[in-house]
Amino acid sequence: MAESITSKPLTRKDFISDQDVRWCPGCGDYSILAQVQKTFPDLGIPKEKIVFISGIGCSSRFPYYMKTFGFHTIHGRAPTIASGVKLANPDLSVWVITGDGDSLSIGGNHFIHLMRRNFDINMIMFNNEIYGLTKGQYSPTSELGKVTKSTPFGSLDRPFNPPLLALGAASTFVARSIDKRTHHLQDMLKRTHEHKGTSFLEIYQNCNIFNDGAFKNLTDREVKDDNVLVLENGKPMIFGSKKNKGIHLDGFKPEVVELNGKFSVNDLVVHEESDRNLGGILANFTHNEKFPTPIGVLYCEEKPTYEDLLYDQIESAKKRLGEGDLEALLHSGDTWVIK
Amino acid sequence: MYKKMMKKQKNRNKELINVESVVIRFAGDSGDGIQLTGNRFANATAIIGNDLGTYPDYPAEIRAPAGTLAGVSAYQIQFSSKDIYTPGDKVDVLVVMNPAALKVHLSDLKPGGTIIANKSNFKSRNLKMAGWESDPLEDDTLSNYKVYDIEISRFVSSALKDMNLPSKTIERTKNMFALGLMYWIYTRPLEPTIEWLKVKFKSRPELVEGNIRALKAGYNFGDITEIFPASYQVGPAPLKKGTYRNITGNYAIGLGLLAASQKSGLPLFFGGYPITPASDILHQLSHYRNFGVKTFQAEDEIASIGSVIGAAFAGNLAVTASSGPGIALKGEALGLAVMTELPMVIVNVQRVGPSTGMPTKTEQADLFQALWGRNSESPMPVIAPISPGDCFYATYEACRIALKYMTPVFILSDALLANGSEPWLIPEIKQLSPIDVKFAVDPGEDSVFHPYERDKETLARKWAVPGTAGLEHRIGGLEKENITGNISYNPDNHQLMVNLRAQKVESIAREFPAMEIYGKDTGDLLVLGWGSTFGAIRAAVEKLRDEGMSVSHAQLRWVNPFPSDLGGILVKFQKILIPELNTGQLIKLIRSEFLIDAVGLNLSTGKPFTRSQIIEKIKSIM
Ligand code: SF4
Repeated sequence: MAESITSKPLTRKDFISDQDVRWCPGCGDYSILAQVQKTFPDLGIPKEKIVFISGIGCSSRFPYYMKTFGFHTIHGRAPTIASGVKLANPDLSVWVITGDGDSLSIGGNHFIHLMRRNFDINMIMFNNEIYGLTKGQYSPTSELGKVTKSTPFGSLDRPFNPPLLALGAASTFVARSIDKRTHHLQDMLKRTHEHKGTSFLEIYQNCNIFNDGAFKNLTDREVKDDNVLVLENGKPMIFGSKKNKGIHLDGFKPEVVELNGKFSVNDLVVHEESDRNLGGILANFTHNEKFPTPIGVLYCEEKPTYEDLLYDQIESAKKRLGEGDLEALLHSGDTWVIK
Repeated sequence: MYKKMMKKQKNRNKELINVESVVIRFAGDSGDGIQLTGNRFANATAIIGNDLGTYPDYPAEIRAPAGTLAGVSAYQIQFSSKDIYTPGDKVDVLVVMNPAALKVHLSDLKPGGTIIANKSNFKSRNLKMAGWESDPLEDDTLSNYKVYDIEISRFVSSALKDMNLPSKTIERTKNMFALGLMYWIYTRPLEPTIEWLKVKFKSRPELVEGNIRALKAGYNFGDITEIFPASYQVGPAPLKKGTYRNITGNYAIGLGLLAASQKSGLPLFFGGYPITPASDILHQLSHYRNFGVKTFQAEDEIASIGSVIGAAFAGNLAVTASSGPGIALKGEALGLAVMTELPMVIVNVQRVGPSTGMPTKTEQADLFQALWGRNSESPMPVIAPISPGDCFYATYEACRIALKYMTPVFILSDALLANGSEPWLIPEIKQLSPIDVKFAVDPGEDSVFHPYERDKETLARKWAVPGTAGLEHRIGGLEKENITGNISYNPDNHQLMVNLRAQKVESIAREFPAMEIYGKDTGDLLVLGWGSTFGAIRAAVEKLRDEGMSVSHAQLRWVNPFPSDLGGILVKFQKILIPELNTGQLIKLIRSEFLIDAVGLNLSTGKPFTRSQIIEKIKSIM
């Protein structure tokens, strides 16, 4: 096998494939692609060891645009194919690219099992709260009462809360970012890569054709700081355009407090990424008007990965039983000889 | 056939009579350990060199209510001093542990056949549950048979009485008593079963002791009591020289995969989801960690094939096994496997359908599903093993073809092969055809890698696994441009790719040896079968040829593509008969491909063909 072609440091260009990008002009996907291509040279992984695996949907075109190994699979099943890739070759850096419909509707079962198994796989979910590729039906993350092509009288099912679902499915890394917050997104991509175990990164992504402005209150200059809580490990949870608000915990009950004398920074919760309960509390802020929407790493804790456990089993079985001997296995049990 | 050769010998305490072939069926509650008893008997029988065929027939319910007809489990074995092909048609000896078992299986006993019944279980409650008005052991229901009613429960409790075991545990050893008695009647050795018990109950010495006592009590009961005038001997069959073991189809598939993994040098990845009757393959392979085997029990059937596609992409020998309903779920992903031209093997252990059907019963009705159970033109080679032992070779062959031609390959086994067993000559690994795998290593002349560039002979594309520098490329379910592998909506390219995918599968036929014809290669009738019907057809044709009829037999293993000499063979016969355990699938293929007016023999009972069903059909059309 050829050595890594070049020892020259990789640049953004090395990750740009020769395929024309075919998302709608103005789509949030462009920003995500750009941040990925910008970040990847810094991850220090040889290009040939990177595999992007997607399902079906607008976001799932992503692998074609990355000059790495890529597999554009079928609707909802990217996690299953990624699992096979990782088990076959644990050395690979495996990235699942999916959308809210792909991963939470048709692929919901695979999503939860991917989380609990904890392969060292990174899942990036582009959440635009709509079906884009099929031209505008409501998705499992659309808000209740959403009027779309398939729900002219409003949708009737309550949306998933993806980080909470991931936590409920025993995920070991849950993070969130937003297409427009390019630096934050780059940081989150790095964190996603660094975590050994299944990393779940939800990215709020604007579909300017079918669901424009879905995240307006999180991205518009005037309001975003009052509506977004940027999490930093070991730091108190402060937000607001004047940095004048924070999260206070009364027992297990969170509340938004003003830093106006009655409460000071010392009364605020300090973010602890490894605190699973805190992760759950933060995830519950999603879709809750009383709280800001948290972005950043909600929860992160190292647990043994599935593939490490599997390869350990293989090694220890070899030690205990000796390297498998097919000839001996064929002749094991009751045999007899015809002369 | 129960030909007494009347060559009498003096046995231990009694007379010993030589016979050629015997069919025994053990039947009882599914909790009575019937499958285990049958397996042990088959094992002891294999060891003394008889040819044999077995047919386990058990209910889908793990524990249907005790004593009911629904809960009856059975295990049939034919053993012989001749070459045999099937578990036998009608039964010579029926061993029944309760009235329900007698009710269900009496109709399969030959006139004048032998019944060995556990009398202890023929109480009024059990009789009523099984639908007997009065006790058949007492009235004249069984007057045409030789009946031995034995208080097995009483005998085992006295044999084990000083052991202080709970009465339930003692009762459970009654199958060992029955087994011991059958060992005496048919002069089989006890030792292999005793050794097996010692291993099986390693941590429970009291169970080892109890079961051995029951086994010996049964054996001595036959030897000492006055009831049985003689015991029987079935001499060794004239099998080829070599070392043998008894093997089931499912187990042979597991070994075949392991052999292919070793010969190809590729790690074996198996993604599965529990389903009857395929789960045993997952169980077996999960033990082979020291062979580096990676088994992955996925969350559903779709995930299992997804993981297999992923593992194939990343360069493992990737395999899944399931049964009809599970294969249906995998359908979309199998289309992706065809589109991406990745090598993998998909085992379908067919069972009765539609839907859940009768999960433990056998059928061959998924042939069309294997051929066309995917959207659009999605060709895939299909191989159907013809006996439990052949499952090894068919599996090995499927892996070899998958890797050489870069294609998913279907194996169509079925419940009969999966659980049935036969003596199997253990192969020499060295003699198996080599499997050479070449991964792509460099991008080629212009430094641009072309993932859909094809080998001129096999049309296989290159296998470029992630991790190989310079070969970064993207594949997926969208139509590919030939050579470059780029997405393409070009009409001519799609036509080309449809043709290429079909041609590639068709060209596999060049690998097949000439078809074997049993009997003359021309004549009045050719019986053409596929897969597991081999044994019943061969036994029938052999019999009729002995009677002087002009009948021949050919059995298809590869059903897609057809062997290239098949057409030439068919036209040399006046008539073609195609027996299948379905309503007529192969026959439609043969008719449409060769425009031949073949006759079908079709059965959908969940049971395999008997030899006599095939003989009867042949006679009726000749
Ligand atoms: S439909 Fe929406 S999500 Fe899809 S590419 Fe267009 S803007 Fe982006």
